[in-house]
Amino acid sequence: MSFDFSLLTTELAMFVLGLTTFVLGLVVPSGSRRGLGSFAVLGLLLVLGITVVNRSHQGELLNGMYLVDGYAAFFKILFLMAAILVIFGSFRYVDQHVGNHFEYYSTVIFATLGMIVMASAGDFITLYLGMELMTISFIILVAFRFIEGKSLEAGIKYLLLAAMSSAVTLYGLSLVYGATGTIIIGQVAQAVAGGGASPLLIVGLTMLVAGLGFKVAAVPFHMWSPDVYEGAPTPVTSFLAVGSKAASFAVLLRLFIGGLAELHGQWAMLVAVLAALSMLIGNLVAIPQTNIKRMLAYSSIAQAGYILVGLVAATEAGIKGVMFYAFLYVFATVGAFTVVAAVYNKIHSDEIADYAGLVQRAPLAATVMLVCLLSMAGIPPLAGFVGKFYLFKTVVEGYMWLVYLGLIMSMVSVYYYLRVVLVMFRDDPKDPSPIELGSATTLTLFIALVTTIVLGIYPGPLAEVANMAAQSFFLH
Amino acid sequence: MVQFALNHAWLVPLLPALAFVIIVFLTRPWPKVSSTVSIAAILSSFVLSSSIAYGVFTNPGFIEKPLVYSLRWFGMEGFTVHVGVMLDPTSTMMLFMVSMVATLIQIYSTGYMEGDPQYSVFFSYLSLFAASMLGLVISSNLLQMFVMWELVGLCSFLLIGFYTFKISAREAAKKAFITTRIGDFGMLLGLLFLQIVFGTLDLTELAQRVPAFEQFGISLGLLTLIAILLFIGPIGKSGQFPLHVWLPDAMEGPTPVSALIHAATMVVAGVYLVGRTLFLFAEVPGAMEVVAFTGAFTALFAATIAVTQREIKRILAYSTVSQLGYMMLALGVGSLSASMFHLWTHAFFKALMFLGAGSVLHALHHKADVWDMGGLIKKMPITGWTFVVGGLAIAGIPPFAGFWSKDEILAVTLEYAKHGHTLGYVLFLMATFTAFLTAFYMWRMIFLAFFGKEKPENHPHESPWNMTFPLIVLAVLAAVGGLIGTPWANWWSRWIHFGQPHHGEPAIGLMLLSVVLALAGIGLAYLLYYKDEEKRTAQELAKRYPTLYRISFNKYYVDELYQWFTRTVVDAGANVLYWFDIHVVDGIVNGLAGITKTSGKGLRYLQTGKLQTYALVFFVAVLVITVVLAFGDPTSAGIMGGGK
Repeated sequence: MSFDFSLLTTELAMFVLGLTTFVLGLVVPSGSRRGLGSFAVLGLLLVLGITVVNRSHQGELLNGMYLVDGYAAFFKILFLMAAILVIFGSFRYVDQHVGNHFEYYSTVIFATLGMIVMASAGDFITLYLGMELMTISFIILVAFRFIEGKSLEAGIKYLLLAAMSSAVTLYGLSLVYGATGTIIIGQVAQAVAGGGASPLLIVGLTMLVAGLGFKVAAVPFHMWSPDVYEGAPTPVTSFLAVGSKAASFAVLLRLFIGGLAELHGQWAMLVAVLAALSMLIGNLVAIPQTNIKRMLAYSSIAQAGYILVGLVAATEAGIKGVMFYAFLYVFATVGAFTVVAAVYNKIHSDEIADYAGLVQRAPLAATVMLVCLLSMAGIPPLAGFVGKFYLFKTVVEGYMWLVYLGLIMSMVSVYYYLRVVLVMFRDDPKDPSPIELGSATTLTLFIALVTTIVLGIYPGPLAEVANMAAQSFFLH
Repeated sequence: MVQFALNHAWLVPLLPALAFVIIVFLTRPWPKVSSTVSIAAILSSFVLSSSIAYGVFTNPGFIEKPLVYSLRWFGMEGFTVHVGVMLDPTSTMMLFMVSMVATLIQIYSTGYMEGDPQYSVFFSYLSLFAASMLGLVISSNLLQMFVMWELVGLCSFLLIGFYTFKISAREAAKKAFITTRIGDFGMLLGLLFLQIVFGTLDLTELAQRVPAFEQFGISLGLLTLIAILLFIGPIGKSGQFPLHVWLPDAMEGPTPVSALIHAATMVVAGVYLVGRTLFLFAEVPGAMEVVAFTGAFTALFAATIAVTQREIKRILAYSTVSQLGYMMLALGVGSLSASMFHLWTHAFFKALMFLGAGSVLHALHHKADVWDMGGLIKKMPITGWTFVVGGLAIAGIPPFAGFWSKDEILAVTLEYAKHGHTLGYVLFLMATFTAFLTAFYMWRMIFLAFFGKEKPENHPHESPWNMTFPLIVLAVLAAVGGLIGTPWANWWSRWIHFGQPHHGEPAIGLMLLSVVLALAGIGLAYLLYYKDEEKRTAQELAKRYPTLYRISFNKYYVDELYQWFTRTVVDAGANVLYWFDIHVVDGIVNGLAGITKTSGKGLRYLQTGKLQTYALVFFVAVLVITVVLAFGDPTSAGIMGGGK
């Protein structure tokens, strides 16, 4: 069997880009390293272009160990977009607070490569490799502001807990391998269909839920996320919330719907309970938060809960719902965190109270924050409403309570989202001087704003794309 | 060009919408740029509409088979919504007329609104208004139409309340919005029923499915209910009795807005909607009768009010209500052709008269009472004579436009009566009497305002060219615009009709009757308000029949009735509910909110910040899940217990 390298164009290009950025950082004198970010963005844009053009060049490598299908392509495009937006939106923040560390951009690129590998992984080893590449990159990124105690603390917490979750994931994978005798997801499905549930498999499944639940920050495996989100440099938080979460969902769907669909009876209720707990705890604990990054961390836990609803259904429509939601979630989250970073640049605070009168100081930033938060709350006509609609619509008989809970908790979420809005729009600023955003940040915010509104009003095309990608999921 | 226009008809509403966005986000600080952008957009729409009109009206194929194309907007199983374009002679005529009148009104506004601090904002609203109306006209399905319908409502709210510093303007805007909203609610219910019963809101599909309604398992009674619910929307929007109350108050907006609302957009939207869904109404005779009687009654009712009003724009407003009644009447007796024809001619003469009234108000610094005017025609010849043309048109003097369309309506009503609808004669009588009243109150206004003695305290002057130019264009149209639908060469009904085209013989007797009535009305006005310089007879009449006069002047106390109803019944009910809300609902809600907040605060303490706790929670959770999965579920328990 021939090995078609052209299927790996995106991965190879990312690898080359990462290395080039790294080497460039080494050779360029430290005074002129500011262009490195722009170089990274241009490179990522190029890779994004290649990926979009090649999206229908599909196939399998090494007997299904690596799957290049529409599903993977969708997530790859999503990761690349997220990486571009995150880097592009926070040049200033990185300059001022992360310092002149040239490894920053190449590490972001390697984290993205890890996610890309995860989206295409067709077997346990590849999956684990991609996940580790992503996680280790993130551990470095979280601790990047090590001169500041919080960042370092977050880094160490993330290092230890991620190692723990990796161990559990790996253990789960090995148990599934033990029960089925194969590491290729497609063959696992056949083995499970033939052999049925065994104790080994059930324990393995639990471990996998725990390990991946950690990555998507689902309750009760979420404990790390508020501390890490708060301590990490804001662009990293943003990327963690968007990229790491989406990649882990991509893997979750592959494993559970692609490999363990036969055991749906066993895991559906488990996932449903995790979804319910995430919605409940995430939204409730977000209420008393005073730090915006912590608040967004809890909100992101709740969002993971909503997305898990799509997994419970385990149908094509469910997959479509997850993909659609993950996509719009990128823009709303990056938009909100970009505002947080921009505001921090000026006032050096993440306290919600310090956002008073933001609309007078930076009208665009306040508007974007408003729209992104309302989208997360699921208010029509914004994208989040359509996303939740697609997710909740898929829910099958017996799990209707999940939808009711989701709707009630969405209502609760409006409370703490609007509290931020109230502070921004109603209160008078302590210091009325305007907050400069810079053109790159302005553009990023604008993209987030427009996408969030347009996807809400005209979701058709994206829904269509997600639908096609979801169909390709079942072709293996 | 023609083919391009036909294929890109969606550009017609899109261009003004774009102008709105540009003005709001870019050109707001520069008034002249804003108005130029706005006019350029609507003018392009007009050019495009003209090309479309040329394309449609040279190809008879469009009569039977409209050009429809659409785009999927969103959907789920069993419910798909498209946005699309539907071009047939009716919608094309509307596109052409709306874009033309809107263009003229925007040009006029550059003069009328000169120097207003909110000049740019005004033009952005006008653009949005035009965009929504054009979008409504072009819609290929009822949901899209409803969205546009609401947008039109929103724009009317913004424009009627444009002078936000005036309390009366704010109140009028609210009244317009809320009153039409009552109608919209009925309409929305009708649309929901249609979607549920027929599974589509697409006009073409509905037109095929509705006649076979029995196959969809509904009775004639339910279909009648649907039709009447749907009709409630137009009752609100087109100012039909009893929801007409907002329309005269809407005069609080700047005069170009009144012209736009009352001539070409908004109010005719209701008539257009009924025209568009006539296939539904035609199935249910009961609903048709409701439409016809609502129309005829509104026509007569509003005309009797207009007779005693004193403010120039208010007289015009009631005349609009009355003329809209005519259009509804025509639809009710089943003639799309006559109704649309009257809509067409009315747009011209009513826009003309509103803009003329605006010109007068501009000259007299907003002194609105016609009794305070007089002899204006000498100082304002263009405004005056074009106004006279409008007056002749609305009174129904041949060959002016209004004569042909009104005559057509009378003719179809009479025919309806002859075909076994005995009540049709009542409709006919109401319509003919209204024709007489129309001529009378219109010419009463004209004699009082433009002729007779000049008032020394007034210093009128002719308006600038950008205000008189639209007047002249509209006057020409008001004069000759009806010639395309004369009974001898009825080009109009060949193109725009529902069912079989109407081939009535020219009814000379009827024409004579309506001319005589019109002349009688004008003559009476002449005697009372021109010949009799002191207006003694008129005052004498008012004194001799004080009750009649007061009822008419106070618009039959409908507003007062609504107010009384609101104050007693609604407020009393509200008080009961208020108590319930404060003591029961709020109690529950506050309690729930309290619980939510407290639990949030409580749960927060689980987050200790200690790494050990986090790891502990993680592993305990894994353990708990394994145990539950293993022993909670009977099948798994069996497996765990040894695989039996």
